[in-house]
Amino acid sequence: MPQLTCENVTLGYEGKTVVSGLSFTVNAGDYLCIVGENGSGKSTLMKAIVRLKAPASGTIVTGDGLAADEIGYLPQQTAAQKDFPASVREVVRSGCLNRRGWRPFYSRAEKRAAEETLEKLGIAPLAKRCYRELSGGQQQRALLARALCAAGKILLLDEPAAGLDTKAAADMYALIEQLNAENITVIMISHDIAAAVKYASHILHLGQQRPLFSGTTADYLKSDAGRACAGTGGEPA
Amino acid sequence: MTEALGRLAYYFQTFEFVRYAMVAGVLIALCSSLLGVTLVLKRFSFIGDGLSHVAFGATAVAAAMNLTDNILLVLPVTILCAVLLLRTGQNTKIKGDASLAMISVGALAIGYLIMNLFAKSANLSADVCATLFGSTSILTLSPTAVWLCAGLSALVTAVFLLFYHKIFSVTFDEDFAAATGVRAKAYNLLLAVVIAVIIVLAMNLVGALLVSALVVFPALSAMRVFKSFLSVTVCSVVMSVVCAALGILISILAGTPVGATIVAVNISGFLIFSAAGRILQRS
Repeated sequence: MPQLTCENVTLGYEGKTVVSGLSFTVNAGDYLCIVGENGSGKSTLMKAIVRLKAPASGTIVTGDGLAADEIGYLPQQTAAQKDFPASVREVVRSGCLNRRGWRPFYSRAEKRAAEETLEKLGIAPLAKRCYRELSGGQQQRALLARALCAAGKILLLDEPAAGLDTKAAADMYALIEQLNAENITVIMISHDIAAAVKYASHILHLGQQRPLFSGTTADYLKSDAGRACAGTGGEPA
Repeated sequence: MTEALGRLAYYFQTFEFVRYAMVAGVLIALCSSLLGVTLVLKRFSFIGDGLSHVAFGATAVAAAMNLTDNILLVLPVTILCAVLLLRTGQNTKIKGDASLAMISVGALAIGYLIMNLFAKSANLSADVCATLFGSTSILTLSPTAVWLCAGLSALVTAVFLLFYHKIFSVTFDEDFAAATGVRAKAYNLLLAVVIAVIIVLAMNLVGALLVSALVVFPALSAMRVFKSFLSVTVCSVVMSVVCAALGILISILAGTPVGATIVAVNISGFLIFSAAGRILQRS
């Protein structure tokens, strides 16, 4: 059974349809990259998957033992976060909140989980540093660690390499690849088609109002949509 | 200096209302600073300002209706407005801004109008001035008002402590919190209610126009120097309490208006923290 099934989903803003007829499945261990132009509904789709926004029609269901709130989400950074006084540890620990229910404070096990995630992503030395003083790559790592604390099975990443320099972006992609190799499902939005076809096992290409392609990366490279974009090696036209 | 201390000791021993003012002032300062950090970071500080105007309008209506305990009217009205404002603010930014301007200026105007039309006392301008700048109200608190103040402060503090981690999460990243199953909307609502309670409480201390200073200054000062959410919160509480206590003492000694003095002390505190932040950054 797939971890995530989207069936004939239509997404829109205030009555205006952004994308319709969207059907795809994601299995455990998949690495799905969502590509497409600005305004093709990539972020909206991701918001629908994490239930921040209801689809206009169609269904999105989770399966394979995955609950709807067991999804680790890395949203795009907000303006408020740029000058937010919080230590990296505080940010990462906040990922454990969803398992807290009504209990007000973190348990020892959750604190340990946060420390282990810090170690794993190589940001343990930054634990006491202030989030706003970190570099872009370090900030994204902290947010990735928080997402991992929230859920160990599936990660949804909204342009994790946006605004990073080439080196930091490559490090980020390598880190995501490593997590994927540990059987964590990854769904990522990317503008970077070259990176998408390099790392992802599956591609979902959204076009104007409708999906252009959905399937494995190998098939994508043979398809019309794939050839048009990957051939140029950069942004889709 | 010793003479001033002697005079203070005399005042505190002799006059009950001085002790009440001190207790209430410190409690109000404590809880108004607790949520200051969240308000500033969520870009909600302007809502605090708008709400204080609403509270002024409600106070005027309560006075016109001859209510003895005006808090019974002022508190629910302010809470209602806080909830409405946060709701509209979530849809679109410009709409939220405009509706806030409308509500706050409207409440101020209607409040003044009602005070004029139904003026009970001969000295209207003194009444208006007291409501806006809190010149005397803190020194005329009854024991009941002090108890109410203590109760509400305890409530605000308890809510803050219990929901500390959730408030952090919702402040830092509302989308993430909501996506991972924290009920962000419910916590926003909770924040709105608590903000309203704080505004109404703090109005007693510094008056309607100066309320936001109590909320904003300690948080902004602490953010200049400290780097984690916990340390910023603790520092802003300490600073707020110290400034309020100092302000009350100075105003008793020098005969200056309480509210304005407290805010002036807060401004000095902010300047000191800003300078300290600059120096720390360089070293």
